[in-house]
Amino acid sequence: MDDAARIVIVGASVAGLTTAETLRAEGFAGSITLIGDETHAPYSRPPLSKHVLTGEWTPEQADLSDPIELAALNLTLIQGARATSLDIRGHTVTVGGEAISYDTLVIATGVAARRMAGTEGLAGVYSLRTLDDVVALRKELATAKRVVVIGAGVLGSEIAAATRKRGLEVALIGRTSELRLGQVGSHLSPLIAALHRENGVDLRLGFDVTEVIGEDHVSAIVLSDGTVIPADVVVAAIGSLPATEWVSDSGLELSDGIVCDSNGLAAPDVYAIGDVARWRDDLTAASTRAEHHLKATEQAQAVARLLVTGEESPAVVPFFWSELYGTKIQAYGRFPAVVPLTTIASEPGGARFVAASVQDGQVLGVVGWNMPRDFRLARADMVAAAEKPQSTQPELVGSETGSQHA
Amino acid sequence: MQITVNTPACVGAGQCVMAAGELFDQDDDGIVMLLEDSPDAAQQAGARRAASLCPARAIKIAE
Repeated sequence: MDDAARIVIVGASVAGLTTAETLRAEGFAGSITLIGDETHAPYSRPPLSKHVLTGEWTPEQADLSDPIELAALNLTLIQGARATSLDIRGHTVTVGGEAISYDTLVIATGVAARRMAGTEGLAGVYSLRTLDDVVALRKELATAKRVVVIGAGVLGSEIAAATRKRGLEVALIGRTSELRLGQVGSHLSPLIAALHRENGVDLRLGFDVTEVIGEDHVSAIVLSDGTVIPADVVVAAIGSLPATEWVSDSGLELSDGIVCDSNGLAAPDVYAIGDVARWRDDLTAASTRAEHHLKATEQAQAVARLLVTGEESPAVVPFFWSELYGTKIQAYGRFPAVVPLTTIASEPGGARFVAASVQDGQVLGVVGWNMPRDFRLARADMVAAAEKPQSTQPELVGSETGSQHA
Repeated sequence: MQITVNTPACVGAGQCVMAAGELFDQDDDGIVMLLEDSPDAAQQAGARRAASLCPARAIKIAE
């Protein structure tokens, strides 16, 4: 990349900001334009449903960088502006009606929360994706008593745990019969369900929400079996949609996200990273999209390094963490639904353990349940084994975690 | 080079120990423990890698 090169990054969350930071760290001296549709300085999303929602953190504590660090990047930051179209051949993006030229474009527009259908105009119904979402939700929770959280994924579980911590009555509703946790899927569902119940959450799995009741403000929801659950606040964590509508007629290949090669290249001089991107995994020949903070970080670093140095980075292995009621859950790798987990380290009683997904003697993934050090050691073993193919894998002696801990 | 860690922000991912085990360790809760705050020249690349891979951005480096 020569010093006159113009790199434009659309999306100013962790993936976009990390791209800019890594470009500078690698010595890129050209111009960087970072465009975000929110008015806040770039912030981290994982704390929003954890410490920011409980009130232990101020919203500012989620900031990704301070003003001095941001200024040192010497970039043009365009905030509160949305990119509306992309011209691949002309090398321009349109932002606020104005065409901005690029030599290389990095798309990091992320995902948008799926909203509950039929609740438009009804106060007290929230989704949680942005800092504005959590600030508004916190304000309402300050006077609320009963919260209904909808969603069997990790976000629903985190919101339920955080609102319980605030002392509210919480019901957690899941359409599926099991709770899911990122790439670990439903392997840990019995344990997470037990955590919720021990902490006083009214957990109801396998139900649809058929109606949201309220005149101007929500007052209750109705489940598919007719049960009415009163609610002062409803939080819907019912999934998300890749923010790709603005490139829908650009010619980019879209399939639940922007389809990319294994380096993030989506079209000539156009890369996509983070939650919006579907990178090809050369190892499995599959293309995957995941909504993980660290994956967004590592893809940003990989693209920035490729642009500056021409060097390709190794495939990003999914790494995910959560915290529920003080229990730290960490997962690295893949966890096929058909492969039961094997315990590889544990404390008596099973309150802390590390388990692995093992197939044909190969460790595909490791997950830690409140055992961060042992998790890290297991992860290091897995990385070491992957780096010397054909040779010995770490020896595993264990039992199926699901039955032991459920 | 001077390293500082913001332990309240730490999420216990262990990325820093993976990147530079001679500079960082974790306590039983996974929280970062800084073993060496002024790394020698050979350790500085590891320190930078640790800071760049920390999901909580809890590691700051002053050159």
